[in-house]
Amino acid sequence: MRANRWTKRAATPVVYAALLVVWELTVRSFAVPQWILPAPSVIATTALQWAPELASNGLVTLIETAVGFLAALLLSLPAAAVIAFTDLPRRILYPIVLGLQSIPKVALAPLVTLWLGLGELPKITIVILVCFFPILVNVVAGLEAAPKPMLDLMRSLNASPMMTFRRLRVPVALPHLFTGCKIAITFAVIGAVIAEFVAAQRGLGYLILISTAQAQTPLAFAAILLLTLISVLLFYAIERVERRLIDWSP
Amino acid sequence: MSQGMRLDGVSKTFGEGAQAVEALGPIDLVIEAGSFVAVVGPSGCGKSTLLRLLAGLDLQTAGRIARAGRPLEGPSRDVGIVFQEHVLFPWATVLENVLLPADVLGLPREPARARALHLLELTGLSDFAEKRPQHLSGGMKQRAALCRALLADPQILLLDEPFGALDALTREELSLFLSRNWDELGRTALLITHDIEEAVLLADRVLVMSPRPGRIRADIAVDLPRPRTIDTPRDPRFVEIKQKIRELIFTPAEL
Repeated sequence: MRANRWTKRAATPVVYAALLVVWELTVRSFAVPQWILPAPSVIATTALQWAPELASNGLVTLIETAVGFLAALLLSLPAAAVIAFTDLPRRILYPIVLGLQSIPKVALAPLVTLWLGLGELPKITIVILVCFFPILVNVVAGLEAAPKPMLDLMRSLNASPMMTFRRLRVPVALPHLFTGCKIAITFAVIGAVIAEFVAAQRGLGYLILISTAQAQTPLAFAAILLLTLISVLLFYAIERVERRLIDWSP
Repeated sequence: MSQGMRLDGVSKTFGEGAQAVEALGPIDLVIEAGSFVAVVGPSGCGKSTLLRLLAGLDLQTAGRIARAGRPLEGPSRDVGIVFQEHVLFPWATVLENVLLPADVLGLPREPARARALHLLELTGLSDFAEKRPQHLSGGMKQRAALCRALLADPQILLLDEPFGALDALTREELSLFLSRNWDELGRTALLITHDIEEAVLLADRVLVMSPRPGRIRADIAVDLPRPRTIDTPRDPRFVEIKQKIRELIFTPAEL
């Protein structure tokens, strides 16, 4: 049994390492040109060589992503409350919101760049656009998810709508909020990169674009890896906050 | 009869026109202050509808409901409710759950806390005050819900099949517990149940309801001495009353 557990724990890293070795050997033995598929060792040395550029451009993309995500969070929460608790604004707004949600936001990237110029603002705007809807839709669902018996309980105590909101609806909605945030944060990174593809002088999307244009494939791979790392880290950061805030199971 | 309840020609219809369903009544009923009234009947006989009207959670279609001589106007802090499901908030500790009425009603914090701890002790939940509901058994959750209903010292306690979702042993244990401690917990109470034995064990009066629309078919006094104990169900009088109620439920109303 002991050996079995060790095997289980070691399985994933061993398989991943094996895949890297296979990759390295395949590239070397078939002499695949570097601009098509660089070997892992080449990607690693390139990453070290270009570390300052990767770091500064990574920081740009990270900031665009984080600022856009937080702005979307700040905008979507009051909007969700309005949609969940008011009748007329809900009937007017919610169809628009659902309609806008189905627009592929990345298709708007060139337009947003046209309107807002070449700086950070169009990137942040695209990130806001892709994050806003998943958070909004989940929070609306969460605010409406309070079970009827619990609402009856609050009503039997003559609780004010504000009290019911604070003591019942918010805690019920919290897990839904985090579901929305986790969907949004993965979209956010994609949104930032695509906005950078359209027009940028900085950021990992920009770095990927110019390195592939110059057939510097190892650098593009390094940038993509860093981008993945940022995406995964942001996801886990949200999950950490979630675990700290939601320490109950229903 | 200052805090008793009085119903005059109370009925409840759901829906309108051709789809209208008469759920209840008309019902005339007086619940004396300090009495424990149980309502039994088959499912769909409107007993839960009756409780929701008394709780002020729903509005009757016709008739008048008065509490303490005054018309009922929605929910009131004088009424405590134990629902069929425990309805404890999973994100709050047991103590926080029990203190919910104090928070909502804005009662002074310290006396409320003292009373909550006293009620938890009485129900054997002292060791679980700081635990989340998920760590409690079904019976313990319902006891915590009872503590919450009693926290604001309501004049009337409404029990909506409070032990209905529990297994038979836990159900019996809880009704014995309630019966044993009725002197301490005691106040006007209305218990909705489908368990005849539970009704007879706890109540001074058992109302038997018949369905569609829900009406009170019989009003049976339970003249068994208190406190009632584990031996009470063997009392010949207990068996007799139980049998009478059973017959009322299972024979058609026309007879």
